Amino acid sequence: MNNFTYIRPATLRDAATQLGKEHGKVMLLAGGTDLLGEMKDDLRVPERLVAIKHLRELQGIRPGRGGVRIGAATSLVDVVESADVRRQAPLLAMAAEKVGTPQIRNMATIGGNLCQRPRCWYYRNNYPCFKHGGNVCYSATGENDFHAILEGGPSYIVHPSDTAPALVALGATVRISTGGRERSVPIEKFFVSPKQDPTRENILQPNEILTEIEVPAAPAGSKAIYVKEMVREIWDFALCSVAAMVTTKGGVVEDARIVLGGVAPFPYRALKAEAALKGKRLDQAAAADAGAAAVEGARPLAKNAYKVPLTQATVARALLSLA
Amino acid sequence: MADDDRDTPDHSVSRRAFLKGGALATGAIGSTLLPETAEAQLPIATEPDPRRSVVEMTVNGVAYRKEIPNRTTLLQFLREHLALTGAKMGCDRAQCGACTVIVNGRNVYSCTTLAVEATGAEVLTIEGLATGDALHPIQQAFIQHTGFQCGFCTSGQIMTTKAFLDRVPHPTEDEARRALSGNLCRCAAYKRILESVMTASRLMQA
Ligand SMILES: Cc1cc2nc3c(=O)[nH]c(=O)nc-3n(C[C@H](O)[C@H](O)[C@H](O)COP(=O)(O)OP(=O)(O)OC[C@H]3O[C@@H](n4cnc5c(N)ncnc54)[C@H](O)[C@@H]3O)c2cc1C
Ligand code: FES
Ligand code: FES
Repeated sequence: MNNFTYIRPATLRDAATQLGKEHGKVMLLAGGTDLLGEMKDDLRVPERLVAIKHLRELQGIRPGRGGVRIGAATSLVDVVESADVRRQAPLLAMAAEKVGTPQIRNMATIGGNLCQRPRCWYYRNNYPCFKHGGNVCYSATGENDFHAILEGGPSYIVHPSDTAPALVALGATVRISTGGRERSVPIEKFFVSPKQDPTRENILQPNEILTEIEVPAAPAGSKAIYVKEMVREIWDFALCSVAAMVTTKGGVVEDARIVLGGVAPFPYRALKAEAALKGKRLDQAAAADAGAAAVEGARPLAKNAYKVPLTQATVARALLSLA
Repeated sequence: MADDDRDTPDHSVSRRAFLKGGALATGAIGSTLLPETAEAQLPIATEPDPRRSVVEMTVNGVAYRKEIPNRTTLLQFLREHLALTGAKMGCDRAQCGACTVIVNGRNVYSCTTLAVEATGAEVLTIEGLATGDALHPIQQAFIQHTGFQCGFCTSGQIMTTKAFLDRVPHPTEDEARRALSGNLCRCAAYKRILESVMTASRLMQA
């Protein structure tokens, strides 16, 4: 790992004034579980790291009317263990608990979880692909076992975050700051498609900090679940994951939010599956139909066709567990 | 890399005391008593280098103050600067758990924590568990069950167990399995590790 200047600002504003106009030269360090690995592999060679995990302004879980506000530097273990999160948005606690290992969750922050870079092995081995400013995605014709089946191209990475699908399903909003100017963005608009920009996964400008995630309370009468399929039972990234939240009234589905992780370059909202479910009784047939609708339009690569039935079945199983 | 930015720059008195004396306590005391003077002797550039920092932290109850390159991981700091070699380097990528230590009560991967980020922290390593010659109940349990084969992962397994049992004194086996899931064992001594954890939980109540 190359050496760097380390800055430990006293306030969010101080942190923001350190940031430059270019990606990669000055970088924010939160829990470091992703960034330090990237630096050891020379994927990132920042001249300056600005530490933010200690900043009070970015810490803590504040319950409010109708939801919780979570500081971006709050560690995942605190999200998992928070009584407020468990009561108001249990889906997020379920998803955060699926991240990595206990040590990772002790170290990692929720902001870092949303801003983490893809796990594509070409990217991680420093192939000059789109993500490194090149003009090719090696996975398209290469080893693509774990790549996108939906919305792929020109880059076929999958978004690795577990909390992202849950937060999209919950309809969260992220707050972004330059130290002076603030903006709020629905989390669905936070992530970018490689068709918009194949080099990045989110809209953050180099001088912006993700400060807070506002999570509305799950609607009354709703049930939710996060299901994650991995090569092993624990400690891995998702082959596919499903964040599902279903609101029923009188036994009939009034509203459904179904968001997939690990299958597209951004958390993928399965709108057709949601539509297929609305107005139905949540039974085996309805769950199976929604599963099929979720993977409509899937275009697997040479080595990841298995993900299509896997995702279809996982959606159906997740939904059925909410019946 | 410039010469002044090596990860093991100290040729200070305290560093030599570590290497020669071997006794950890001696080195620790040397370092605590002589922070300013020892650091002043370092062969560092006269102008302060922004890529180095002075860190202060408490490790196993002993306060340390050292000047290090910013890129030094907590694991390198413990092993190379404090000669506390109980925490091991397996993967150096937050994947195996051999480097697990406890920082402010939580088990973390020291290979993926910057030492500068641990400034002000209370760090506990395997060296800090026993009281004199009396082993900690978790260490006793691992011996009783032979909760290891080669032993490379063991300090990490034990530190995770410590952080876990301090929070969940009466775990179920399933809870213990999950708590230990971030510590791999190449020898696959998992069954005996689990038995050790459950016995440690009982011993710690006694
Ligand atoms: C072994 C291992 C297993 C893992 N398993 C999983 C898993 O199962 N599921 C999962 O979702 N993830 C997993 N991860 C990935 C990831 O490291 C963590 O999920 C973590 O949440 C990242 O957060 P961090 O605070 O450590 O981020 P850092 O590493 O500090 O930062 C990551 C990136 O985000 C940027 N950043 C951080 N905070 C902010 C902010 N507030 N504003 C703007 N930019 C910011 C940083 O500059 C950096 O580019 C795993 C990682 C490892 C090493
Ligand atoms: S050496 Fe730190 S987790 Fe493997
Ligand atoms: S005892 Fe050998 S790696 Fe665990």
